[in-house]
Amino acid sequence: MIAHALFFYFFSIIAIISAIFVIVSRNTVHAVFFLILDFISISCLFIMIGAEFLGMMMLIVYVGAVAVLFLFVVMLMNVTEQKLSWFRGSKKSGHIPIGLIVGSVILLELIVIVGGWKYRNTFAETKFLSFDPNFTNTHLIGNVLYTEYIHLFQISGIILLCSMVGAIVLTYRKREGAKKQKYFEQVSREREDSVKLIDAEFDKGVKIDD
Amino acid sequence: MIEIGLGHYLALGAVIFSLGTLGIFLNRKNVIVILMSVELILLAVNINLVSFSIFLQDITGQIFTMLILTVAAAEAAIGLAIIVTYYRNKGSIRVEEIDSMKG
Repeated sequence: MIAHALFFYFFSIIAIISAIFVIVSRNTVHAVFFLILDFISISCLFIMIGAEFLGMMMLIVYVGAVAVLFLFVVMLMNVTEQKLSWFRGSKKSGHIPIGLIVGSVILLELIVIVGGWKYRNTFAETKFLSFDPNFTNTHLIGNVLYTEYIHLFQISGIILLCSMVGAIVLTYRKREGAKKQKYFEQVSREREDSVKLIDAEFDKGVKIDD
Repeated sequence: MIEIGLGHYLALGAVIFSLGTLGIFLNRKNVIVILMSVELILLAVNINLVSFSIFLQDITGQIFTMLILTVAAAEAAIGLAIIVTYYRNKGSIRVEEIDSMKG
């Protein structure tokens, strides 16, 4: 139990500190690094409390795809040149105290709601699915993901398809110099279009370009 | 303190959620950091769902966490595509300079 507590405090302190650095660091690339650290420590927590499949999933999806996507976009946008103009605000903004107030009020609400949860009414015991300790976490998820929650599974697939189409439509642009295949023109090319017969005169050579 | 229960995980989720919200408000730099704050918020939601799923012995929370994971990935892709398009058109993604909708 003590080991569990130690691991929990270790990972959660790292997660909170890196979340703070995500929002305060001046360099966006550093912010992405701290975001990766945050994802990793949270996925360690998930693995620690027994949601192993989701912990690994978080590592693959967040760290492997989303954070790398962020890094790519940050580095594509030539941060180094515009660093000074980007990371120092030109005018004093009045948003900081308001943001602090709103953030601390939200945190306060989330703390207070714990008390409300403590003195709640007793709800009926709702157990939809068995949580058999003999099965592994992945086995349990697989048991329900393709049977009970097949529609949710398919909806997430559709969401991914929509986002893929949207991202391609948003970032696609026609470029002038790019060479593309035009199937109809290529297939319907006739012999007369490209081949020319020349009567070569004897002993005089051939002039090609005229 | 030593006995780690559901409350500890919920507190961690609450702190990360608040930090994400704070990041959206504090940010005067570029829009990418706002997207990262949204990712933090979704991460906090994931923490809550998974810890409830573990402590209430119900696998459903983890299934919905996977849906949130998908939505977060889709949101990051679309948001970054919008940012790339905006940067290509305007040449800057500073929050102060994005004011063409007069918001």
